[in-house]
Amino acid sequence: MEYEAVIGLEVHVQLSTVTKIFCGSSTAFGAEPNEYVDPLTFGLPGSLPVLNRRVVDYAIMIGLAMNCEIRRFNRFARKHYFYPDLPKGYQISQFDEPICERGHIDVRIEDIVRTIGIKRIHMEEDAGKNIHDSRTQSSLIDLNRAGVPLLEVVSEPDIRSPAEAGAYMRAVRQLVRFLGISDGNMEEGSLRCDANISLRPVGVMKFGTRTEIKNLNSFRFVERALEYEIARQMALLKGGKTVTQETLLFDSATGTTKSMRSKEESADYRYFPDPDLPPLIVEDSWINEVRQQMPKLPEERVKELIELYGLSKYDAEVLTTERSTVDYFEAVLLVCRNAKLACNWVTSELFGALKKAGLDIERSPVGAASLGQLVKLIDDGTISGKIAKTVFEEMFGTGRSPQEILDAKGLKQISDPEEIRKTVRQVIAQSPQQTADYLGGNDRLLGYFVGQAMKATGGAANPRLVNEIILAELNLLKKA
Amino acid sequence: MSLHRLSVTEISAGLAAKKFTSLEVTNDCLNAINAAQDLNAFLTICDDSARKDASAADKLRASGDSRPLLGIPIAIKDVLSTKGIKTTCGSKILSNYIPPYDATVIRKLRDAGTVIVGKTNMDEFAMGSSTENSAFGPVKNPWKKDRVPGGSSGGSAAAVAAPLVPVALGTDTGGSIRQPAAFCNLVGLKPTYGRVSRYGLIAFASSLDQIGTFTRTVRDCAVVAEILSGRDAHDSTSVAQPVPHLVDGLSTSLKGLKLGVPKEYFIGGLSPEVNKAIKASLKQFEALGASIIDVTLPHTEAAVAVYYIIAPAEASSNLARFDGIRYGYRAKDSADLHDLYFKTRSEGFGPEVQRRILIGAYVLSAGYYDAYYLRAQKIRALIANDFRNAFSQCDLIVCPTAPTTAFKLGEKTSDPLAMYLNDVFTIPTSLAGLPAMSLPCGFDKESLPIGLQLIGKAWDEMTLIKAASAYEASTDWHKRLPTE
Repeated sequence: MEYEAVIGLEVHVQLSTVTKIFCGSSTAFGAEPNEYVDPLTFGLPGSLPVLNRRVVDYAIMIGLAMNCEIRRFNRFARKHYFYPDLPKGYQISQFDEPICERGHIDVRIEDIVRTIGIKRIHMEEDAGKNIHDSRTQSSLIDLNRAGVPLLEVVSEPDIRSPAEAGAYMRAVRQLVRFLGISDGNMEEGSLRCDANISLRPVGVMKFGTRTEIKNLNSFRFVERALEYEIARQMALLKGGKTVTQETLLFDSATGTTKSMRSKEESADYRYFPDPDLPPLIVEDSWINEVRQQMPKLPEERVKELIELYGLSKYDAEVLTTERSTVDYFEAVLLVCRNAKLACNWVTSELFGALKKAGLDIERSPVGAASLGQLVKLIDDGTISGKIAKTVFEEMFGTGRSPQEILDAKGLKQISDPEEIRKTVRQVIAQSPQQTADYLGGNDRLLGYFVGQAMKATGGAANPRLVNEIILAELNLLKKA
Repeated sequence: MSLHRLSVTEISAGLAAKKFTSLEVTNDCLNAINAAQDLNAFLTICDDSARKDASAADKLRASGDSRPLLGIPIAIKDVLSTKGIKTTCGSKILSNYIPPYDATVIRKLRDAGTVIVGKTNMDEFAMGSSTENSAFGPVKNPWKKDRVPGGSSGGSAAAVAAPLVPVALGTDTGGSIRQPAAFCNLVGLKPTYGRVSRYGLIAFASSLDQIGTFTRTVRDCAVVAEILSGRDAHDSTSVAQPVPHLVDGLSTSLKGLKLGVPKEYFIGGLSPEVNKAIKASLKQFEALGASIIDVTLPHTEAAVAVYYIIAPAEASSNLARFDGIRYGYRAKDSADLHDLYFKTRSEGFGPEVQRRILIGAYVLSAGYYDAYYLRAQKIRALIANDFRNAFSQCDLIVCPTAPTTAFKLGEKTSDPLAMYLNDVFTIPTSLAGLPAMSLPCGFDKESLPIGLQLIGKAWDEMTLIKAASAYEASTDWHKRLPTE
């Protein structure tokens, strides 16, 4: 019997708004513990929530990007449980009237494109952080994160493999970063994932018993955890046993899933509409405003790169992995016109240097305009590609512009035919044996002469011209 | 001197005429408060800060400031957050809690130059109708000290009735201003829901709680209520309704006014003496030019049940934050986190609060939500609709505030349900979010005060003031003071 995996993912996106979802405290990272605290964040009695409308903007944005229906009449609900990092004893979330529903997103795995349904997206607040201090056997609570806005994106159980799950996560990350609503960083916690997985015989419609896996802190962990869990469930089912519905934690050290101590059991959250927040009406005018102002989606930008600049699909996709990259690339094109050349330079030289230095493109010491200037100098023949690489290294190390470096090092490409002719004649004069062999019919020695001429000019000669002139000079000798 | 016996209006006039200073008035209030400690009306007395505030008010007045509340002493129900001043909600779980911020109404009062003299005793977390649920002992009714002052704002009512201060703030969720006002011969106003900001009001039932006033005259009520009102960005449920200048509503004639009398409110359980006093007041209204018509509020009978589902549900949620982790009482010697929660809340909350939290958690629980909470909210809409229909025929509704006069301390404490029925006439208005006022309309054979309730259309506190002031001007009930 063939089984198929049925996977649904619940992704929490931590939004990069300036202030929290229900109060004016900062969401900035890296503060002292409990620095961004106010009466509401602290759960002080008498405090009241006030909705940050930017959160709704972001929710509408991602809803539109994921082809969802945007709900007009929205409510917030209280979700109750007791835990020290939950100051009010309840989380303000959305229950049966979430802001987005019934959407879908296309996910590419290799050459296959799969459409994954989006069941719902809703707004909610994050909890604080509980840190266990084994030294003093106590728990320390930092409420800076309490009240930071989250969007919970729940997919339909349309994902069929760990690879697909990884691709889905990467697509969601790319999307939220393109929209500018989140850093989408799993390791830092601005993108979190819980996975639901069950198996069923192929062809059967009924769902099997599912388990939920938590504590997945990277794309790789998502895939590995699912791989393990599929195997575990498969072994149970093939052995005639049943899968227990439970919540599991992924243990990254062993690559296995382990049952959580049932501290929650089947928690009754006692959801009810939050009486402190009136219903939120999202009019069509609001949706249209967001639609007009939202950043372009990855697919749109890929299309533009292909249609406007004639790049290949492959190149376009490499450039749009990150919004910062495609923005950088387009800024480079404002200075130089050669899209293909610019693309090569960004994706090989720049990427290579950044990777080596451990930097993001946002922190590149070489600005887009600078790189544009460099590419332009290559394109119009002022310097050779080889020289450009040296210049680039210098640019990367010092932050100086290409023109400054060229002037300082006198590295302009030699394109004066007379100058090149002089050098070539010198090379020929210094290489009697090779000249004789070439004239005797060994055409392959042309490369030797080119190499020697380039060496003599320190690589600064225009290679095309060098080639032409060497041929011409040697031909003259032939005739002689 | 006995400046504490003067009304807000009289004090303001006296200050303007330089007959006395705010410091002198404040000292009289503080002396009276200290002399009346047996009432147990106050939980915190702010001697030093009150005198400082009074002196500051006197300075401002000397420089020409003559605003209506400048230098007027006021008592605050201990459910409102006052920065730097202990705020207990009548509970052990907050017995050491000092808020780091002021409630919006407190900020407004301070900005107006009011002098806060102290925090008053109350039923724990505003849950009760007699102030016998306070963790700090009950409050005595100044009219007869073996009687309750009503609840949950019993301390504020006693403070104004004794009299110790000219005005006090209370809160009303199902009748907690109006019923004590009736028991203590005071004017007690619950504004329209959304009229006064709840920011800083320690929440009991979020969709019902409102802050209001206790005064001895309708004019005083108008002055203070106006200052408290207005949209607040900190409270998403406060509404941007223009605030009327309520003193413009003071009247002597009610010609053209239609008063509705709901037949469902004149039922068994209503004391004959209260009934008689209300009927007499209807005659009085007619003499003032109003016409009386019968109206019906068909879903009245369901109101108490609906309230005791919705209010506890919201309370169970609002009180979840009292867990001993960040502030307030924390039980000692807990074995683990669960034990900490369990002990803290069992030891910190009194029995009525625990009762309501349990009811609330139950009606919100999976499997019961639809049958109880959801259903109660639907019936609530029907109750609100009853009022809308009645108000298509009349301008105000007149009825009793409470079914009886002040009962004896200890009389109803063993029967929670009997206690709940005290609020039978005040609960429906709370569910509908309408403004309502209780004012003095007589005394019973034992010289205990009887209260008359006026209920207005949403946002129509003006008509309440109009009718109440005309009635007050033609009667003497409000002039009487306790002699005990």
